[in-house]
Amino acid sequence: MSAPSTAGNDMDVPGRFGPYGGRYVPEALVAALDELSEAYQSAKADPSFREALADLQRDYSGRPTPITEAKRLREHAGGARILLKREDLNHTGSHKINNVLGQALLTRRIGKTRVIAETGAGQHGVATATAAALMGLTCTVYMGEEDTRRQALNVARMRLLGAEVVPVTTGSRTLKDAINEAFRDLVTNVETTNYVFGTVAGPHPFPTMVRDFQRVIGDEARAQLLDRFGRLPDAVVACVGGGSNAIGIFTAFMGDDGVRLLGLEAGGEGIETGRHAATLTSGLPGVLHGARSYLLQDENGQTTESHSISAGLDYPGVGPEHAYLRDTGRASYLPVTDAEAMKAFELLSRTEGIIPAIESAHALAGALVLGRELGPSALILVNLSGRGDKDVATASEYFDLAEQSQAEQDLAARAPQEQ
Amino acid sequence: MSALAERLAAARAEGRAALISYLPVGYPSVEASVEAMVATAAGGADVVEIGVPYSDPGMDGPTIQQAVDVAVRAGVGMRDVFRAVEGVVESGAVPVVMSYWNPIERYGVDRFARHLAAAGGAGAITPDLIPDEAAEWIAATDRADLDRVFLVAPSSTDARLAMTAAACRGFVYAASTMGVTGTRAAVSAVAPALVARVRAVSDLPVAVGLGVSTGAQAAEVAGYADAVIVGSAFVRALLDAREPPAGAKAVQSLAAQLAAGVRQQA
Repeated sequence: MSAPSTAGNDMDVPGRFGPYGGRYVPEALVAALDELSEAYQSAKADPSFREALADLQRDYSGRPTPITEAKRLREHAGGARILLKREDLNHTGSHKINNVLGQALLTRRIGKTRVIAETGAGQHGVATATAAALMGLTCTVYMGEEDTRRQALNVARMRLLGAEVVPVTTGSRTLKDAINEAFRDLVTNVETTNYVFGTVAGPHPFPTMVRDFQRVIGDEARAQLLDRFGRLPDAVVACVGGGSNAIGIFTAFMGDDGVRLLGLEAGGEGIETGRHAATLTSGLPGVLHGARSYLLQDENGQTTESHSISAGLDYPGVGPEHAYLRDTGRASYLPVTDAEAMKAFELLSRTEGIIPAIESAHALAGALVLGRELGPSALILVNLSGRGDKDVATASEYFDLAEQSQAEQDLAARAPQEQ
Repeated sequence: MSALAERLAAARAEGRAALISYLPVGYPSVEASVEAMVATAAGGADVVEIGVPYSDPGMDGPTIQQAVDVAVRAGVGMRDVFRAVEGVVESGAVPVVMSYWNPIERYGVDRFARHLAAAGGAGAITPDLIPDEAAEWIAATDRADLDRVFLVAPSSTDARLAMTAAACRGFVYAASTMGVTGTRAAVSAVAPALVARVRAVSDLPVAVGLGVSTGAQAAEVAGYADAVIVGSAFVRALLDAREPPAGAKAVQSLAAQLAAGVRQQA
């Protein structure tokens, strides 16, 4: 068995991915980012830290997560075999806990007592509130007011876990504004507070540190596939908002040239409508939230609002490593519309008895298309990054509406005969 | 010679600190914002810091966010910013632009520097650009003979203070406190120490910003700094004014109080 490799994305300058990444932050934050960076480097080299993290992953989060072959889905994927990496089975219901456990341990290591986090769908907020409860840290989560309504269940979960949830009412009232507010909190309270950032975006060291905490997904999956199928997959597929679950599963395969890496962005109502969150498909390079990457912006350099049925992908930026992988061609990125994602959401629920997060349904939709292209001999690994419990309200509204309009049509068609 | 350093030196020659007023372009409208900037100059501001509206102003508190949000929604862009620069030049004050990095990058770094210089701007303050990332900006401002102002903070290490001050031209912006813009009951006690640390490594004038809103606070800061920067208090005066003429009058009267403050030096 060959060893996993990260060749292809090792950078000469820390925090740089070709022209992307870096630190575009107020000077006031530099000392804290340096402190975090150094603490992370020392923790990474410390066997006791690695052991503590591995213990939590195994005994608390439930790792390793299994690989499930979606056998009944096969006929919908051109006969290709679809293998699901079950991150939905983690404690708290998504891959977000992988990163949060690492960063919470790091918070204790640098002697801080309070964590803050941003959240969109609420998964990262729930994971952070969970780790804070476990480790006795005070926790404040910033969430766009719009998202607190869309994801009311997760707001209640965070409050049950003892976290303070602050609805953000500035700007577009979504994830991007929650991140701004969290950085404002950090610059004010940096003495006591560590910002547990949820994705592979933001200033250095977040893109590399979060990647390292998430790479366990791909490391496990690669070994599981070699063990069970005796070979590497033809393609690895994941959804991309900020991009943490995608980087998490891609990293182990980065040096495996024969393995295609495919990221699926939120195409919303369609790229042509302008109502989407497909940053790598139709954004331009620029600076947002402390790093250079692709972003959705207008001619004045203002960040434009993104749209997606999935709150977790509804972000106008993307991690800098994805920008680099896109430009170099090592990974490719395609948009999946709300409608395509919801179709895949329904399909997996009915064929496999697994209700995925709508975010992860974007990856599934991409895998179905890729399967038809690659054919029956293909092995496709899909990161099922989260479960869909949080999305049940959205889904029932989405499908009920469709049924209702069908019922209305039937009624309208019958109406003349009944008169 | 740097237009900013020259103006700050002139104030110093009069035995006082300089007053720098901040207002964003486009609140309540482009026209009215330029009139308000000119009014602060009439009230006694030596330098006007002209804010470029940005959708994600991470260093700004709620007051400035509220005004800037209106300008962003109205589609205010660099062309409007250069109009404001020209208006401030006519008023006799020195115009310096304050911009987060992405609007400058989107406009084109070199193009921005050239157009700013052509409009009569002295330079620009970049709150989310640290010298570590500023090679292109430093080259462009050198070519256009513009000042460039980076920020230092109480948390900056001595090595970073020296590096940042060495990259500045015009003056060094000392953030008085760890936090975002906004008026505060008391100016931070750590500001004098930060200014002293800058003076130990640099001959450039030092301006102090964040949290100053009254004549008495301006007098206090003028006791140890070369310039006093006031932003949120001016923006608050505009937000509270019912219509533009009242807004211009209010900011002019606030500028006069602050100008008296920098001449008292408590």
